[in-house]
Amino acid sequence: MIGLTHYLVVAAILFVIGVLGIFINRKNIIVILMAIELILLAVNINLIAFSAALGDLVGQVFSMFVLTVAAGEAAIGLAILVIYFRGRGTISVDDPSRMKG
Amino acid sequence: MIQTLAFYLFAIVVIAAAVLTITARNPVHSVLWLILAFFNAAGLMLIAGAEFIAMLLVIVYVGAVAVLFLFVVMMLDVDFAEMRAGFMRYLPFGLLLALVLAAEVIFAVAAWNAGGVDMGARIAPAAGDMPNIEAMGRLLYTRYLYIFEAAGLVLLVAMVGAIVLTHRTRGGTRPQNIARQVRRRPQDSTRNMKPSVGQGVEL
Repeated sequence: MIGLTHYLVVAAILFVIGVLGIFINRKNIIVILMAIELILLAVNINLIAFSAALGDLVGQVFSMFVLTVAAGEAAIGLAILVIYFRGRGTISVDDPSRMKG
Repeated sequence: MIQTLAFYLFAIVVIAAAVLTITARNPVHSVLWLILAFFNAAGLMLIAGAEFIAMLLVIVYVGAVAVLFLFVVMMLDVDFAEMRAGFMRYLPFGLLLALVLAAEVIFAVAAWNAGGVDMGARIAPAAGDMPNIEAMGRLLYTRYLYIFEAAGLVLLVAMVGAIVLTHRTRGGTRPQNIARQVRRRPQDSTRNMKPSVGQGVEL
């Protein structure tokens, strides 16, 4: 029988994979953004699981708000990425010292 | 039985797709694995009874966010092989951090299993006879109306911000300037001249 713990374990694994993705793809902002999406997905799964387990719909409502913020974050992040690439010709994050001002 | 099977199928595929997302050599493949992960996460949410969020995940993430990622990845002409450098260098540290984080999360779940903290009553108990989407709509448009509007505002600001950030005026093109066209008067554009015989008109 599938219980709350199963969902929590899946979400935890997904969250940790997202954090690991940020660390091992230090040079590639696109994959870092995707890893952030994975982290937010893990949070959403947690919210849904608790909502289902407690019989309370508020978790699903807030999962929707997390989804909204994630969509906005992806749009802004990719826009920043595009202008960064336009000015530098690379999307490496190794030397962010030029991002002053 | 079928639920257990579906859960394990979705869970295994979502974790495998997430691992492949962060390790794929080509970012285009990363995006495609991300789409697979979102689909299977939607499946997980569906079997938990959150139909609305599952559909939203497929529509918003797969339909909009993942396609946006795909556009950007294909638009940027980046040397992807060079970006893989340092992958092995950061791997031990990243794995260590991931292990510590996983241990912490498992510890938290175990502690919660031993009897959670008392967090008060349910705010919006799910009605048994109402479909999930109807119940969500009732909650969103009554109790959480202002937060719902704020979410719309967040999306609006994100849209305007993305356009402002990436928009640039190109040189060399001659776009239509409607204000100038409307402002133009007949006496500015026509001249009445009386040239003498044998002389041309200077424009």
